Amino acid sequence: MITPNLAEKFKEVVGAPNVLSEKADLLTYSYDAAVLEPVWPGLVLRPTSTAQLGPLVALCNDNNLPLTVRGSGTNLSGGAIPSSGGVVLVTGALNRILEINEADMYARVEPGVVTAKFAAAVAGRQLFYPPDPGSQAVSTLGGNVAENAGGLRGLKYGVTRDYVLGMSFVDSEGGLVKAGARTVKCVTGYNLGGLMVGSEGTLGLISEITLKLVPPPRAARAMLAVFDDVRAASETVAAIIAAHIVPATLEFMDNFTIRAVEDFSHAGLPAEAAALLLIEVDGHPAQVEEEAAQVERICGEHGAARVQVATDAPTRDKVWEARRAALSALARLKPTTVLEDATVPRSRIPDMVSAMEEIGRRHGLMLGTFGHAGDGNLHPTICCDRRDADEWRRVELAVEDIFAEALQMGGTLSGEHGIGLAKARFLENETSRATILWSRRLKAALDPKGILNPGKIVGA
Amino acid sequence: MAGAQELARMVKELDDQLVVCMRCGLCQAVCPLYAQTGREADVARGKLALIDGLAKELLDDPLAARDRLERCLLCGSCAANCPSGVKALDIFLKARAILAGYLGLSPIKRLVLRHLLGNPKIFNRVLRAASAFESIWSKPADELLGTSCARLGLPLLGERHFKRLADQPFLSQAEALDTTPGAGGLKVAFFVGCLIDKIYPEVGWAALKALDHHGVGVFLPRDQACCGIPALSAGDTEAFARLLRANLELFGSGRLDHLVTACATCASTIKKVWPLMAREALLSPEDVRAVEELAGKTLDIGQLLVNNFLPGQKISPEVPDAPVLTYHDPCHLRKSLGVWREPRRLLRANQNWRLKEMAEPDWCCGMGGSFNLRHYDISAGIGRRKLDNIRASGCRAVATSCPACMLQITDALSRAGEKIEVKHALVVYADSLP
Ligand SMILES: Cc1cc2nc3c(=O)[nH]c(=O)nc-3n(C[C@H](O)[C@H](O)[C@H](O)COP(=O)(O)OP(=O)(O)OC[C@H]3O[C@@H](n4cnc5c(N)ncnc54)[C@H](O)[C@@H]3O)c2cc1C
Ligand code: SF4
Ligand code: SF4
Repeated sequence: MITPNLAEKFKEVVGAPNVLSEKADLLTYSYDAAVLEPVWPGLVLRPTSTAQLGPLVALCNDNNLPLTVRGSGTNLSGGAIPSSGGVVLVTGALNRILEINEADMYARVEPGVVTAKFAAAVAGRQLFYPPDPGSQAVSTLGGNVAENAGGLRGLKYGVTRDYVLGMSFVDSEGGLVKAGARTVKCVTGYNLGGLMVGSEGTLGLISEITLKLVPPPRAARAMLAVFDDVRAASETVAAIIAAHIVPATLEFMDNFTIRAVEDFSHAGLPAEAAALLLIEVDGHPAQVEEEAAQVERICGEHGAARVQVATDAPTRDKVWEARRAALSALARLKPTTVLEDATVPRSRIPDMVSAMEEIGRRHGLMLGTFGHAGDGNLHPTICCDRRDADEWRRVELAVEDIFAEALQMGGTLSGEHGIGLAKARFLENETSRATILWSRRLKAALDPKGILNPGKIVGA
Repeated sequence: MAGAQELARMVKELDDQLVVCMRCGLCQAVCPLYAQTGREADVARGKLALIDGLAKELLDDPLAARDRLERCLLCGSCAANCPSGVKALDIFLKARAILAGYLGLSPIKRLVLRHLLGNPKIFNRVLRAASAFESIWSKPADELLGTSCARLGLPLLGERHFKRLADQPFLSQAEALDTTPGAGGLKVAFFVGCLIDKIYPEVGWAALKALDHHGVGVFLPRDQACCGIPALSAGDTEAFARLLRANLELFGSGRLDHLVTACATCASTIKKVWPLMAREALLSPEDVRAVEELAGKTLDIGQLLVNNFLPGQKISPEVPDAPVLTYHDPCHLRKSLGVWREPRRLLRANQNWRLKEMAEPDWCCGMGGSFNLRHYDISAGIGRRKLDNIRASGCRAVATSCPACMLQITDALSRAGEKIEVKHALVVYADSLP
């Protein structure tokens, strides 16, 4: 499909060292972090300036070549897995922070800037970029926008979408489209930026992003509450919100996860507890003081067996270390880790947690649930071995059951990991036939030849 | 293709370790090579995918796979930070061995690894000749030394500013020792390692001084062999086995409390890689046990000194106008063995310096054994990041605990025309002793 002649043309745009075509190299761009089969691309491009993007997309379009953008390849739904023989465009070299504007509190970045590096650069100017996906040490901001990534701070601070003021992107013919502005308010034209957020590379290539920044909180207080009963934990969550306290983070861990973390890190977690809540309030020091006391009281009133407030930095770190260890601890139990992110309305968390336990039992699988209790975004995690064909079949059934439960409770298939390839066929269950058809018409109008990340979100 | 299937069968034996990788990509955050190149084949996830590709016969080009696997500093940053606990270094070493077995070693490598390294006497003679004729070194010779000793980064080719071979190797000057413990009550074997022997003999002398000062009994045989990591990095299990056996014979018997080294790479090799590869090296079950026992006793010399002789001692207050000294964490010490407090404690014992941390002290210096020779530009690029951090600390000297890191940092500093001294932490400590 990609003739030597065409490969030459790509080289003219990005330079020969930035075009990879050897099989061994192509193999390393055939996967992302989703548990899916690899698909071989035909060519890998690594542009070094955003000005190269237009000509590259135009070349793909003229030659009917499917094109998949890749940030760091950490998404969990197959969005960065290419089409067979298609082109992968890696944004890693487009990693400049173009501007951090302190007076107007925004920043402009290229799409390949790594999330944590950006957050650190911004923090260096006494500003704050809240979205903190668990992969922030490696994920790119382009990938975050294209997946509408969330994180631990979603409840109070929102997700990536809430920080995108504007962007430039390259359309399927190589034209440069500008959306939004550098201001908080902007109503010029359609909300194209809104359409691009979460579009997983199917509508255009994001080439520059303008992100909103906020002042950092001046104080924070973390605490850990232990429960003998999942329902009590969940009621506590509801009560905290009902008291009009919005914690920056409100994380949940079930008994299976607690035991795994304790075995792994010996952090001193109570192995017998049915559930843990890890809570952090932040803001003005006086308000933090007051809210922390209130949260502590609410936990006690709703049946917490124990509440531990972190009064200094080391204990605070310990609380979050336990949460950060959750994925590692589960990942080490068995070779394959299937990390789901079905999300339900907050009030349904106890039902969802018992449904997850039941699904694990029914299919004879090791399943632990942890996640963002504050926004109902749970991560049921199946520890398995995909080499075991029988077990793997049961995993697939369990995943379908998880989706069904979430939908039945008025929830959604994915709170933050995206649809990609993995969940495309389930999308209609959550929405409607008409939704899929409307989305496909939209996609066909914007990308008539269907070259932009085909097969993702709306299927083929 | 019978051959390819045979290879796939061999690689499949790594399967249980390979499946542990969940392709999360978090290793991208810590790989010094990936930070430099941004190529997926350079990071652990990509390399593991390549090995997996060979096992599943998706990839039928073992040469290309080997090329990419050899682009690696074997620094272990990936393994140390992997959430899933993938033993990336173990896998890389075993895969290199399998590929070398399948593809064969280049004649030069075979010569060096099997005949020279395995025979310390001949090796020494060749090197001595080498130091006399540095000017006529050519490519094969480059290869020869690059693959020979733990990262022996000689000779002086191209733009490299390497330190020269010592006029007299440490082991040719030092007396063989087998002294009884004094006040310290401990008896240790001193494993010198090629680089300290041949390029930094002063570190060897500092070790003897410190051990003597603390009344530690020392066993120092003069005909000790290389730790074997260069052979293993080249995938030469046969040469490695020979070295392992020679070392075991020398150090495996006799009553020793510890085996100590001042080379982070040797320490991590003896402690981690020897037991890992002992069975592969076809040792008898008793020998495997002896290797495991020896590995259990092995310590970085800083660890020995600090744990036994310095813990109770108060750190005297800093002298405010003393010149600044900064410290670089060798990957093989910090990431592989989790040792980083001890060398800093050693440095604080010397009042003539004031320890100040640089940014990212544990970011790899970029040496990575023969990697430095084969991929000099990338290696130097990684070194520049280190250089910038060293400079920014405003130090007069930089200390570390691995002679290989010393070579790399010296190269980076001298190319930049910096007048910052490079010291071994042990030497700084020994200077503080009477
Ligand atoms: C350990 C781990 C923890 C995680 N934790 C979280 C979490 O807490 N919250 C969360 O939301 N996600 C999480 N994720 C998922 C993942 O990290 C996010 O989806 C992240 O946003 C992906 O970024 P990336 O740079 O790796 O993008 P990639 O995976 O490379 O790409 C993701 C999608 O975006 C598209 N894309 C990338 N760049 C562009 C661009 N410039 N223009 C157009 N399209 C583009 C790609 O085509 C693809 O469809 C986690 C993943 C892992 C492995
Ligand atoms: S080696 Fe570890 S960190 Fe790297 S991708 Fe695999 S599991 Fe993730
Ligand atoms: S050992 Fe070091 S250089 Fe090699 S893949 Fe791991 S982190 Fe990268």
